[in-house]
Amino acid sequence: MRRFFYRPASIPKPAFTIGDGLILLGLVALLYAGARLALRVPAVIAGPNISLRFSALPWYALLSIGRMLVAYILSLLFSLSYGYYAARNRAAERVLMPLLDVLQSVPILSFLPVVILSLSAILPQMLAAELASIVLIFTSQAWNLTFSFYQSMKTIPTEQREAAAIFRLNPWLRFKTMELPFAALGLVWNSIMSWSGGWFFLMAAEIFNVGSRDFRLPGLGSYLQTAANAGDTRAIVAGLGTLILVIVLLDQLVWRPVLAWADKFKIEMIESDDAPTSWFLEALSRSWLLEQLDQHIWHPMNERLDNSLRWRFAARTPAPAEAASARRPSIVVIVLGAGVGLAILYGGYQAVRLAATLPAAMWPQVGLGVLATLGRVTVALVITLLWTIPVGVAIGTNQRLARVLQPIVQVIAAIPATAIFPVLLLALVKAPGGINIAAVLLMLMGTQWYLLFNIIAGGAAIPQDLKFTTELLQLSRWDRWRTLILPALFPFIITGAITASGGAWNASIVAEQVQFGGQKYGTIGVGALIAQATGSANYALLLVATVALVGTVVGINRIFWRRMYRLAEERYRME
Amino acid sequence: MVMTPISKDTTVLLALNHITKSYGRPPKQFIAIQDVNLQIRLGEFVCLLGPSGCGKSTLLRIITGLNTASSGSVLYRDQSLVGVNPHATIVFQTFALYPWLTVQENVEVALKARGVPENERRQRALKLIDTVGLDGFETAYPRELSGGMRQKVGFARAMAVEPELLCLDEPFSALDVLSAESLRNELMELWQTKSIPTQAILMVTHNIEEAVLMADRIIVMGKDPGHVVTEFPVTLHQPRNRKDTAFQALVDQVYAAVAGKTVPGKTLGTAPGQPGKTISLPRARLGALAGLLERVAEEGGKIDLYRLAAELNMELDDMLPVVETGELLEMLTVQEGDLQLTALGQAYADASILTRKELIAGRVLRVPIIGWIYETLQQDDNQRVAKEFFLDELRGDFGDWAAEQLDTAIDWGRYAELFAFDDDSDELYRES
Repeated sequence: MRRFFYRPASIPKPAFTIGDGLILLGLVALLYAGARLALRVPAVIAGPNISLRFSALPWYALLSIGRMLVAYILSLLFSLSYGYYAARNRAAERVLMPLLDVLQSVPILSFLPVVILSLSAILPQMLAAELASIVLIFTSQAWNLTFSFYQSMKTIPTEQREAAAIFRLNPWLRFKTMELPFAALGLVWNSIMSWSGGWFFLMAAEIFNVGSRDFRLPGLGSYLQTAANAGDTRAIVAGLGTLILVIVLLDQLVWRPVLAWADKFKIEMIESDDAPTSWFLEALSRSWLLEQLDQHIWHPMNERLDNSLRWRFAARTPAPAEAASARRPSIVVIVLGAGVGLAILYGGYQAVRLAATLPAAMWPQVGLGVLATLGRVTVALVITLLWTIPVGVAIGTNQRLARVLQPIVQVIAAIPATAIFPVLLLALVKAPGGINIAAVLLMLMGTQWYLLFNIIAGGAAIPQDLKFTTELLQLSRWDRWRTLILPALFPFIITGAITASGGAWNASIVAEQVQFGGQKYGTIGVGALIAQATGSANYALLLVATVALVGTVVGINRIFWRRMYRLAEERYRME
Repeated sequence: MVMTPISKDTTVLLALNHITKSYGRPPKQFIAIQDVNLQIRLGEFVCLLGPSGCGKSTLLRIITGLNTASSGSVLYRDQSLVGVNPHATIVFQTFALYPWLTVQENVEVALKARGVPENERRQRALKLIDTVGLDGFETAYPRELSGGMRQKVGFARAMAVEPELLCLDEPFSALDVLSAESLRNELMELWQTKSIPTQAILMVTHNIEEAVLMADRIIVMGKDPGHVVTEFPVTLHQPRNRKDTAFQALVDQVYAAVAGKTVPGKTLGTAPGQPGKTISLPRARLGALAGLLERVAEEGGKIDLYRLAAELNMELDDMLPVVETGELLEMLTVQEGDLQLTALGQAYADASILTRKELIAGRVLRVPIIGWIYETLQQDDNQRVAKEFFLDELRGDFGDWAAEQLDTAIDWGRYAELFAFDDDSDELYRES
């Protein structure tokens, strides 16, 4: 059985620190800089023509995959270096990990307008849109990968690390034979998560409009939007079909084989009964050509690389494996840090000045918008919980049901909600309160799967003897849920809900204000405010609304979710 | 210190001079090892023996250069040791094999790190795998092997780098009894027939029989802080026989040295926060002490510690904390490897359940940490105090070990019905 089991990685104390304040200030400064740049963008930008012919679809699919791939490779490189550095250098760790923690709880989509506008101020429009989409996907993929790698690095057993030191493995060999393999399984799982997150953002980035500026990119997402705009049902079906096909193919030809192959990197010393399998990997492993490639090219290359790197590292004597180094930062680092700090302070100051130009009447509107969006997020979460808990438990505790439903659910879950959004609008836009319903639905679609997968995992993890005991006690249905199932699920629900609510906030940016069939539809909400502000070049409002959104989300994470998470960890964990 | 040179060669391979290892800074300093001196000569098989927490594993890491001493010097062939010792290697308790490498790759990686070319590397690895008797398992992954076989890979990997000094860190303690026995014999055969280029072996263990069975010299360590208590030369001929009277006598002697002896009128120390040293609580449950006292009473109030441990099939590490608890509560004394009930201990063994609770409560209250917790709770209006308060105070005496001490204290307090702990509010409270 394939399990999506996601855990927020670090759980420091659930309070704001000065560091958090600094990081948020840094984000504000960055936003300000972006807004300044954005002032220079022309008011009207014509988007590319998106062809609705079926023959264009393969090309569009390739373009979309290409964007994903570039962003993923960047994410992976970033994760490996950031995580490695944070895990091996204690001084760096103290700065890098809190930074990462804030970054991952920031609703990234709220930055999209600023990122696109500021990039298109300095770059040709197409390039800016491409870059913005890649930056956006990167920010949706990198953080969990980094956390995963960092945590694997930190949890390598002491004796393994000592063995590496005593057998004098140089840093390269140590990375290759110990650190990377230890992290491999976590990296693979998180890569799968990252890709599904990436699709969500790619679709959003491909179909992004700001006022009369059209930043569409040729790709599957824009194809779907154009098709929905034109009300072309055949094109919608074809576009969705292609998207699903791409996702299924990637799953069968990339992720499943990788997952089956990565099974050998698990740390448990026990043979498992249900190791993941892949027909494609099996087919490949019997291939004569690949074996020749391995023997004559891959293996000798590897050997040569090891050797050449060995000489490079030979000059240094390996340091004691006792712990990560805790050297004092050098002058350069201090000067650089001071420079960045000053820039942040200046940017923050300017941002405050810009925010002060916002008319007093707008401030309550921002507050109202945040509350309205919070309401929508809560409704989406409650609806999600109401259906995922019973269904998840049913699937998780019933092997036969799981075998039938799991693959179907996976395919449905793999479709990025943002891709279906235009289709959803097509159906709902005329209905009363349609945009409200559509917004909640988008949040639902984007987030319910995290919860469902977590609850399935939780249901499957309830120990058999506890189930027998509750049966023997002849508890009523409600008592059984209250004493066994809900407490056992609690940690899984919380981990799922943290991710789900983050996704819901993100979705609000695309969901609350849309352009459809040449007309604008909007509702009250902070996402709508951000979209409006970008459209009308009201940068003070854009800044205030984005900061309000980011502040609210980070605040709720710290004050509410952290606490729940700790409660789950301390009280309800099955050991 | 007794120093009888046993080996023919008296060249000192490794010498530790006044090694001390401490963590943290005063006043919250924890000393793991204090002023340890020892030497390992060519041709010697030395065992470091002691209860858990005596710093023997830390000492092994200082010897190999994986860890550094706070003060003192490590000399290897008269040279001061810098960084990881290239002539030493370790066989680990948990094997420390890489699960994603095959048996052969695990052995080869040690050679690869030293730049041995591919062909030679393969041949040497295969030969070693053959030597340890794993022929045919070259392409198996560690998870396909039994514990004993995994440790054989550990040995093969260690020998691959042809170490002068082979360090063994409780290499048999994670194995089942039979695998451990056969692996011990195989190692002794390799060592005594000089089939391996190793010049000296240093083994850390808490298994006394194992030490007497294999070593030429046994160094006994004690704790609080870790120090060398004494050492025993072992002159019995190999192969040694467990049933041998001389063997048994030596095991008994070593057992007595490890268990120490009860010092009459030994101070109980002061309460946390007060000047003076606070005596730590042994990590044992009072329920286990009750069982031990009954067992000794059945034997007429006196029993040989080694015999008892063998009968109960208890490891030294499980046994000693219980014995220490008995000494602390003045229920029993240790004298030359014998356990003897005190009058109080005898009374306890004979008493009914209710009287026992009272007896224990009275005794436990005399232990400064427990008394201090009890009084603190008594002075509080609600008779409830946050756990964090006690932890903070205990950190002053025990540093990172404070939580463990408090857990033991709570366990004792609950057993004696003096106070208990409320997990929901994280508070300790008095039982009414």
